[in-house]
Amino acid sequence: MSQLTQQAPFPGVFYRRPSPDSDPFVEPGSSVDVNTTIGLLEVMKQFVEIKAEAAGKVLEVRADDEQVLEAGDDLLVIDTSGEGA
Amino acid sequence: MSIEVIKPGLATTVQDGGRSGHYHLGIPPSGAMDQVSMRSANLLLGNPETAAVLECALMGPELRFHDTLRVATGGAEMVPKIDGVACPNHEVIEVPAGSVLSFDFVRAGARLYLAVEGGFDVPERLGSRSTYALGSLGGLDGRPLQPGDRLKVVSAERCADAGRSLPESLRPVYHKQYELRVVPGIYDHRLTPAARERFYDELWSVGSEADRIGYRFKGGTPLEFIEREPPFGAGDDPSNIVDACYPIGSIQVPSGSEPIVLHRDAVSGGGYAMIGTVISADMDLIGQIQPHQKVRFVPVSLDQALEARGQRSRRLEALRQALG
Repeated sequence: MSQLTQQAPFPGVFYRRPSPDSDPFVEPGSSVDVNTTIGLLEVMKQFVEIKAEAAGKVLEVRADDEQVLEAGDDLLVIDTSGEGA
Repeated sequence: MSIEVIKPGLATTVQDGGRSGHYHLGIPPSGAMDQVSMRSANLLLGNPETAAVLECALMGPELRFHDTLRVATGGAEMVPKIDGVACPNHEVIEVPAGSVLSFDFVRAGARLYLAVEGGFDVPERLGSRSTYALGSLGGLDGRPLQPGDRLKVVSAERCADAGRSLPESLRPVYHKQYELRVVPGIYDHRLTPAARERFYDELWSVGSEADRIGYRFKGGTPLEFIEREPPFGAGDDPSNIVDACYPIGSIQVPSGSEPIVLHRDAVSGGGYAMIGTVISADMDLIGQIQPHQKVRFVPVSLDQALEARGQRSRRLEALRQALG
């Protein structure tokens, strides 16, 4: 099984949902492709949509909602082998 | 000669030494927040010291070079990549025509300065190419870069050879916690003595909204101002004063809650009491502090501030000597 661990591209506050009352963008088991938003990263008055870096299935979400992240911290792990996607 | 912006990064702007002499008319100096790193990148490349560069905050851009050009980086550690292959920071690198220059995520510091041989060519406004985005002045159409932009380059009179690198001793060193030196005043008498002391005792954390206009700090105890009848012309909040000029580096604390240090795109005046001013020698450093990193403010005398300014000048002179 090939996996990709996606990391924060810049430092900021990570949001797993588009608004406090919404469902998370992705959960373990979600199918994603390179246009799928996996979360928002907020810094310098900007909320940036973070897209999945590969197509596949989310195995694990490693960053919590509203967690302060440094650039390079893990966001999530994607199974890119295509078996269950 | 042109460079095409594929991805602009988060807030990438053209900056140079800035436009001084217009702040009294409301036009702030702008220019690179970390002037030393901007100058170091230019000097390394053999450019005029304040040639226009790209200031890349927290995330680098992705740029396609339509001509072969040499570049050099200064400031924050983001590994440059040519067509995906890593290159060294603080070194003159040649980007072949048709290649894409991109950057790895930031490992330390906050702002990378990308100098190109000759410098970026945008029209001078009030004597500077710097972008003042809040006033839509200077830079490329007065704004941060966008996908699809074309950047022109001034033809270089001379350029250093590829491979030339900045001596180790002249490279910046970054941490996760810093001290910023402050000359207290001129309105700190408006704070209670306890609040004045606590401001310098506590550890403050950089707010995520920190940008070129100002750096906001959080996490400390709110500061109490002494109660008083507002003078004519001042607002009702205890942190208000009759409007005054704001120096770059001045610290205001609206309603006593979150201190803001004004930087090079700041407004020139307003009605908040300034409880101190970060010394000029430490303003470069502010530009390299990431949101959520920690800062302690340290009070110093004017003599100490001038001594630090002298040290900064000597550091710049050492860069010129080593690279001139």
